[in-house]
Amino acid sequence: MFEAFDAIVLARAQFAFTVSFHFIFPSFSIGLASYLAVLEGLWLWTGRQVYLDLFKYWLKIFALAFGMGVVSGIVMAYQFGTNWAAFSDKAGPVIGPLMAYEVLTAFFLEAGFLGVMLFGMNRVGPTLHFVATLAVAIGTFISAFWILSANSWMHTPAGFAMNAGGQFVPVDWLAVIFNPSFPYRLVHTVFGAYLTTALVVGAVGAWHLLRARSTDRGTDDGARVMFSMAMGMITVVAPLQILAGDQHGLNTLEHQPVKVMAMEGHFESYNSGAPLILFGWPDQAAGVTRYAVEVPKASSLILKHSLDAPLNGLDTVDRKEWPPVAIVFWAFRIMVGMGMLMLALAAFSLLARVRRRLYDWPLLHRFALAMGPAGFVAVIAGWVTTEVGRQPYTVYGLLRTADSVSRLDAPAVAASLLAFIVVYFVVFGAGVFYILKLMSHPPHRGEQGPDRGAPVRAAGLTPSPAVAESLATGREV
Amino acid sequence: MPFAFDLPAIFAFVIAFAIFAYVVMDGFDLGIGILFQAIPAGQERDSAMNSIAPVWDGNETWLVLGGGGLLAAFPLAYGMILSALYAPIIAMLLALVFRGVAFEFRWRDPAHRAFWDVAFSVGSVVATLAQGITLGGLLQGVAVANRGYAGGWFDWLSPFSLLVGVSLVAGYALLGATWLIMKSEGPLQERCYRLALRLGVAVIVAMAAVSVWTPFLRDAYWLRWFAWPQVLFTAQVPLLVAIASAVFFFSLRRRHHYTPFLMALGLFTLGLAGLGISLYPYIVPPAVSIWDAAAPDVSLKFMLPGVLVMVPIILAYTGYSYWVFRGKTGHEGYH
Repeated sequence: MFEAFDAIVLARAQFAFTVSFHFIFPSFSIGLASYLAVLEGLWLWTGRQVYLDLFKYWLKIFALAFGMGVVSGIVMAYQFGTNWAAFSDKAGPVIGPLMAYEVLTAFFLEAGFLGVMLFGMNRVGPTLHFVATLAVAIGTFISAFWILSANSWMHTPAGFAMNAGGQFVPVDWLAVIFNPSFPYRLVHTVFGAYLTTALVVGAVGAWHLLRARSTDRGTDDGARVMFSMAMGMITVVAPLQILAGDQHGLNTLEHQPVKVMAMEGHFESYNSGAPLILFGWPDQAAGVTRYAVEVPKASSLILKHSLDAPLNGLDTVDRKEWPPVAIVFWAFRIMVGMGMLMLALAAFSLLARVRRRLYDWPLLHRFALAMGPAGFVAVIAGWVTTEVGRQPYTVYGLLRTADSVSRLDAPAVAASLLAFIVVYFVVFGAGVFYILKLMSHPPHRGEQGPDRGAPVRAAGLTPSPAVAESLATGREV
Repeated sequence: MPFAFDLPAIFAFVIAFAIFAYVVMDGFDLGIGILFQAIPAGQERDSAMNSIAPVWDGNETWLVLGGGGLLAAFPLAYGMILSALYAPIIAMLLALVFRGVAFEFRWRDPAHRAFWDVAFSVGSVVATLAQGITLGGLLQGVAVANRGYAGGWFDWLSPFSLLVGVSLVAGYALLGATWLIMKSEGPLQERCYRLALRLGVAVIVAMAAVSVWTPFLRDAYWLRWFAWPQVLFTAQVPLLVAIASAVFFFSLRRRHHYTPFLMALGLFTLGLAGLGISLYPYIVPPAVSIWDAAAPDVSLKFMLPGVLVMVPIILAYTGYSYWVFRGKTGHEGYH
């Protein structure tokens, strides 16, 4: 019994680790693919060199991020079977086809056109190349659509029946795909991806604006354009995201009230007006939130839109149904905190824009620089909130996590978990370092694309003199 | 029972096709990784890498379709196989991480290019070995009980599974060498002709060894291959292997550019056909058939139009992507 428990905890840790690491890359590349499509579209439309330079600059970064997303994603396609065989058997008939559709309609589209997007500009011409970029950008969306549908179904299962073998059998596919939490989750996640990308782009722009200022170099056109675009994006999306998050929260209250109780740290029920606990330490064993800093009645106002509305707490629910409250409580606060900081950045940049000081207000640039990783933090924290909040179930209310796991030996899971941790930190650590190295150079006129450093790749088109010489002499460039 | 669509059989074919597509496509780019240390650093290596850089990602997507498709169409088998072959599967995934990132990393970090080149080769070898061991471990049979894997953690490890693993390494290396014959010229191409000759011999010996061993693993396999009258049908497989091998060696001698790769593909096709003959209709031998493991019809019906519509479209734009990057890599003046 004790050993089985160990294997479950380890399997969960492994899934959480691999999926969190994986999630970092798509949450960046969904937004970046769209940004690249916009940049290339603007270049084709206006003919301005700066858009092409920015496109090539970010394309190199995209190539790295996307590659890491792909290899960490393949791991996910197999994690369900290696560690969650019982879940695969039972829920496979419902979520399997959704994932198969993701592969068929999204992954191939992205992968098929990625080669053309990265290396094909000189071979297919600008218009067809733009089509390839659009195909990759659209692919990232379709991918988000299907995988979030499958994920949402695990939170708010709908449109199914159970068969004699204990499997979930789909009855109404539209109800499965458009299950109650899916539209909210999709909007909230895609906005999150947009914000993540905009914050990174904004931070890189801010960094180069600050650098140009400190070295008395003239500011780069590229840095200005990317900073302005990113701040514009944040100004529009950050408020919308807070709205979308609120709606998603209300949807969660309707379908997964226990998760909301954990997010709020409400162990006890309130008959007239529940307080909003800003901070505190949820003590799961004792069933109280200690050291709570509260705003009276505010939770009822947010969740029920009425000051005196009653709100149930975890005391109305069997302890066996409780998720790990402290994790959910704190992950939620981290996400919301990041959201508030993004809103502040949005407001600050809007002020700067109105005052025409967007490019020469160092405080704004420092703030934007510090906010560079905020999107990743918020996305991971939000993910932890919703996924840990679903515990102790994999399919909410129906299939317990303990009944989902493969029959595995704890040492096997522990060994593979360790291997994942070591490999991911080495490989993705190096990848992040290379991305930062690319970002540390400002975009400049005549920016090279990803084929830089790989001269022979473009040979046969217009090899640069250095390449032609190396081909002639057989020396490396 | 009146004639009806046998959906599990259709999806068994779909999964088999995904595996086939994966093996031949990622096969040659993994093969280049396997041969990477035999190719001198510098222009030849860069050119070998460039010949696959635009397409490897699409090639590997077939592996995701294989995994995702298995989960969707045969969820029971998916769980059993991946739990039973836990260690080789995890090893494969980690190895693919290393080799996948090497494509970009080696260009971004010239100071550590040698390190990422080693990561690329070792990753490719380990991933291939693990795939072969997975296949061998599956062929030799998986212990199951109560809709789950019931064997030990090292059941997959046997002389037979290791033989299949090594054979697949030789096979992918052959695909890689013949792909480079097609995509390169000059010293790299000449080197690949020499490699392909040795690898061709190795692959044929390996195929013979695996083929001779397999029928002795289980009586069911023996009967499948040698029972009268289907032996008349199954005997065509070794016959075609002999013909393909002959054409292969002939085309190497004549320094053909395309034929060696096509014949290597032919050998793989025949090997997989042989695998199908041994296994069908079992998906987790010896006990679980495709009908035992299949998802309910309603799941399969939902996916069928997706497969029928999307797979031809995918093949079309995959073909387009290969066409865009057609011709010799790193040679001036071709379009």
